[in-house]
Amino acid sequence: MKELRLMKGNEAIAEAAIRAGADGYFGYPITPQSEILEYLMAQKPYETTGMVVLQAESEVAAINMVYGGASCGKKCMTTSSSPGISLKMEGISYIAGAELPCLIVNVVRGGPGLGTIQPSQGDYFQATKGGGHGDYRLLVLAPASVQEMSDFVSLGFDLAFKYRNPVMILSDGVIGQMMEKVELQETKPRWTKEEILKMSPWATTGKTPDRERNIITSLDLDPSKQEKHVLSLERKYKAMEENEVRYEKINCDDAEYLFVAFGSSSRICQKAMDIAREKGIKVGLFRPITLFPFPKKPLKELGGQVKGMLTVEMNLGQMVEDVRLAVECKIPVEHYGRHGGIIPTPEEVVKVLETKLIGG
Amino acid sequence: METLSKEQIIKPENLVYKRTNLLVDTALSYCPGCGHGVVHRMLMEVVEEMGIQSETIGIAPVGCSVLAYDFLDIDMQQAAHGRAPALATAIKRLMPEKYVFTYQGDGDLAAIGTAETIHACNRGENFVIIFINNGIYGMTGGQMAPTTLPNMKASTCPYGRDTQIMGNPLKITEIVATLPGTCFVTRHSVHTPANVRKVKRAIRKAFELSYAKKGLSFIEVVSNCNSGWKMTPVQANKWMEENMFPFYPLGDIKVPTE
Repeated sequence: MKELRLMKGNEAIAEAAIRAGADGYFGYPITPQSEILEYLMAQKPYETTGMVVLQAESEVAAINMVYGGASCGKKCMTTSSSPGISLKMEGISYIAGAELPCLIVNVVRGGPGLGTIQPSQGDYFQATKGGGHGDYRLLVLAPASVQEMSDFVSLGFDLAFKYRNPVMILSDGVIGQMMEKVELQETKPRWTKEEILKMSPWATTGKTPDRERNIITSLDLDPSKQEKHVLSLERKYKAMEENEVRYEKINCDDAEYLFVAFGSSSRICQKAMDIAREKGIKVGLFRPITLFPFPKKPLKELGGQVKGMLTVEMNLGQMVEDVRLAVECKIPVEHYGRHGGIIPTPEEVVKVLETKLIGG
Repeated sequence: METLSKEQIIKPENLVYKRTNLLVDTALSYCPGCGHGVVHRMLMEVVEEMGIQSETIGIAPVGCSVLAYDFLDIDMQQAAHGRAPALATAIKRLMPEKYVFTYQGDGDLAAIGTAETIHACNRGENFVIIFINNGIYGMTGGQMAPTTLPNMKASTCPYGRDTQIMGNPLKITEIVATLPGTCFVTRHSVHTPANVRKVKRAIRKAFELSYAKKGLSFIEVVSNCNSGWKMTPVQANKWMEENMFPFYPLGDIKVPTE
């Protein structure tokens, strides 16, 4: 039977973590995502599923707790918001280098610096292009609803273990704080010791006589071995680009213009699209769901169909660079964004479409 | 009295000592005279004697002992600089039936990882911290550490540590002893056989206490760094006795109450 609930996006993440059979959550309070830790502490999953929930002394400690737990083959996660994610970047780089599966949620707020507690999408570059040191990629999922906040937790863990790679849910303060109806997933039991040994034979579960010792490290001082390691990471990222691209297309079949937007901006663009279509402008909406791997191919195809694209992001223009690369600069691609926690209105977006692309 | 030949002496019934099987048969990366190798051996002797190889997870730091996992035949994780206690916290909480230890140097534990150290100790996490204090950054080439003594020379305090400018050495072991989460805090050395045996006893006690969920056990080993100190191994041990021990006195600082 369907279990429906009215929930905040942040609460949906927390509930989904318990239901996904997560073993460990390690976090530190920061607005606008503190409800995740609060919800988990109120639910006390350590008394039901046995999931460990711990408020760490810092974001740095929290991500390193995830490193320790993930190294044991456990399903571990942390959540934070922009300034906290910056602090976690050291650990994320180590996790990527050591090829550990885990889930990181960023409920993005405005920056740079302490910025604002209001929503933003200013961490697109950080999430998709690196953020920490060295060559690595996160698999990045961008939810546009409370439902997706819930669904992407389980999906995120599945992908993390499939690729032995950290997965990030790149949300924002709008999705984290707003309330919507959610269909909750069925509760999966936590993995047993036997399942962990089967799923993650590389994990540090204690050296038994039947195998060599397992070592989790991102260090290799031998240049030829380290190069081999980095190239194997590259193959993994290419496999993600082949297999894991996710996106949504709305009204694209007859579209002459396209909004390209992710997360909460895509919700605004949906309304803007309706307004524009009432005015007779044939506009569609393309929503990347995976920000890495970025849906280059479908956008390139649409680039041959439409007259121009407008990316709407609550930042100074970050994803727009990937859209321009995808369409190989063959058509005009403009950007519109608001800052400081100001959310663009659908009317504003339509006006920008008319002036920058149609009238221009 | 009859003189015994070599063959007559080397017999199984005369065997009094043998290298533990849990040290990987490879050359250590440490300088001759360094204390790390001895502490590694004591750790693995305890793990072997307790029969807990399959139950033990170790964490290597950043520093000279970053490659400890090449020498210890147990499952190990390598932590970012200073973060070992955070890793150990999660491992022990997620697998409470395991024995977990961190192995950290002074820069790792008492400078960049101070927050992780203090909070893991304060929460009373049930793992063991082995803290090697030689008052210098060995791996990076002899820079000043948080535990470098006043007036002691290092490459980033070439005229000696001026406490007016560079601050004072941190007695982190005394600090963690004040926290309710630690159950056993002790300071040792490995420069004489008698002291080596004391370290081994302390490690065994610490493992047993952590398994019994008594809280965090913290073992400091005051050690030398003859390369970083620019001395011979013998000079370094003498210098350690004369200068390090008065500042970092050996012995138990906190023992569990029954």
